[in-house]
Amino acid sequence: MRDAEFLIEAMAVQLRELLARRGIGEPALVGIHTGGVWVADRLRQRLEVAAPLGKLDISFYRDDFSRIGVNPQVKPSELPFDVDGRHLVLVDDVLYTGRTIRAALNELFDYGRPASVLLAVLVDRGGRELPIEAHVAGSRLELPAGSHIQLTGPEPLQLLLQNTP
Amino acid sequence: MSASDVQLDRQGRLRHFLTVEGLSRRHLIEILDTAESLHGVAERRVKKLPTLHGKTVVNLFFEASTRTRTTFELAAKRLSADVITLNIAQSSAVKGESLLDTLRNIEAMQCDMFVVRHQQSGAAEFIARHVKPHIAVLNAGDGRHAHPTQGMLDAFTIRRHKPDFAKLQVAIVGDILHSRVARSLIHALNILGVAEIRVVAPRTLLPFAVESLGVRVFLDPREGLKDVDVVVMLRLQKERMEGALLPSEPEFFERYGLTEERLALAKPDAIVMHPGPINRGVEIDSRVADGPRSVILEQVTNGIAVRMAIMSITLGNHAHPAGENL
Repeated sequence: MRDAEFLIEAMAVQLRELLARRGIGEPALVGIHTGGVWVADRLRQRLEVAAPLGKLDISFYRDDFSRIGVNPQVKPSELPFDVDGRHLVLVDDVLYTGRTIRAALNELFDYGRPASVLLAVLVDRGGRELPIEAHVAGSRLELPAGSHIQLTGPEPLQLLLQNTP
Repeated sequence: MSASDVQLDRQGRLRHFLTVEGLSRRHLIEILDTAESLHGVAERRVKKLPTLHGKTVVNLFFEASTRTRTTFELAAKRLSADVITLNIAQSSAVKGESLLDTLRNIEAMQCDMFVVRHQQSGAAEFIARHVKPHIAVLNAGDGRHAHPTQGMLDAFTIRRHKPDFAKLQVAIVGDILHSRVARSLIHALNILGVAEIRVVAPRTLLPFAVESLGVRVFLDPREGLKDVDVVVMLRLQKERMEGALLPSEPEFFERYGLTEERLALAKPDAIVMHPGPINRGVEIDSRVADGPRSVILEQVTNGIAVRMAIMSITLGNHAHPAGENL
């Protein structure tokens, strides 16, 4: 069990610097349900982002529907701003295979055509199966395939790491 | 084995959707919650999800329908499935063999879902018992028996306006006898824990022993509508009536039609529903149908999200057969 707040602080520092370097003054943050929304909410407060928080549930966009069906806990996606021409920061808790991010990008583009999309994650654990990389990561680790990392929250936000024997 | 057994797999998950009767509260809440997540899709620039991409849905309509057929087609298309609608000429009875032959032929076209509407009660269940195991069957109305997707979209519409089922009094008014919509809605509302369901109709338009469905019977609308939260008007199904069940349409309107005066008996924030198509001046006055408390057109919109939910849940549960480990 590790407290996640200091990783979010590290993300905020990197993201602030990256947005300044790119000249992006008014980004909108979009969290991926459920852990990504918790992280995005805290980042939004730290960076004092004016745009309301966006939330994506990618259940209907997953590439394994034909194996696992619909997630019974699916929640509505909400993007309470115009996506067209907007600079977006997509936020998730753990970046692993990259399949969730692929699904989230597909969903985002069904709302409109953003000017750009940055990817910020709490933990990049390696193991990518798609050509997707994070611009911002609170921590980068190489975890073996059998291990499991999970963010629990929303109060407090903690990282749970389990190594399957 | 009853229809409610046929529609569940060994893990108790929905693999067909034939009737609301016999389902658990958990099944219904899953449908309502999933539909809630799908409701916003229609407001996006791209009104489409990739969920059923590569799947083929066949609408088998043995009985005329506009709203139900169109919303099933749209639901399938918004989930990226390919859809074919077959309007099959009516036959006077379900001839087991000819129906099976139709089925085998369409199965041979490699489809994944049948949406069935038929004038005979039990037709969708019959098809579900005989299709190949990878195919999901949805009942889009069978005889007087059930119209479960309509019952669920009505429950969904009620929940969007009045989220706490346990506090609600719902009146269902009119031709209960011929109404599969009423049966499915009564089952759904009882499973969801509605405080009181009333049926308001003349004796001739009530099924035998209707009380056994878990409703209170009112012959007089002045009592039946008093303080209800939801009024569901039913269409007078003249085409199904045999013999003199009704004196005349004007007299029915006079006694049971929903007018502004009658609606005033219900709670001030009561909503008015109707599964459509409405007969203006027969069961409902135009001022009520088009008035501020009518949610009749919302029901149509909600029908798409609810049918999308049921399609994705049932086909998703076919993804890996019960008992197979991932």
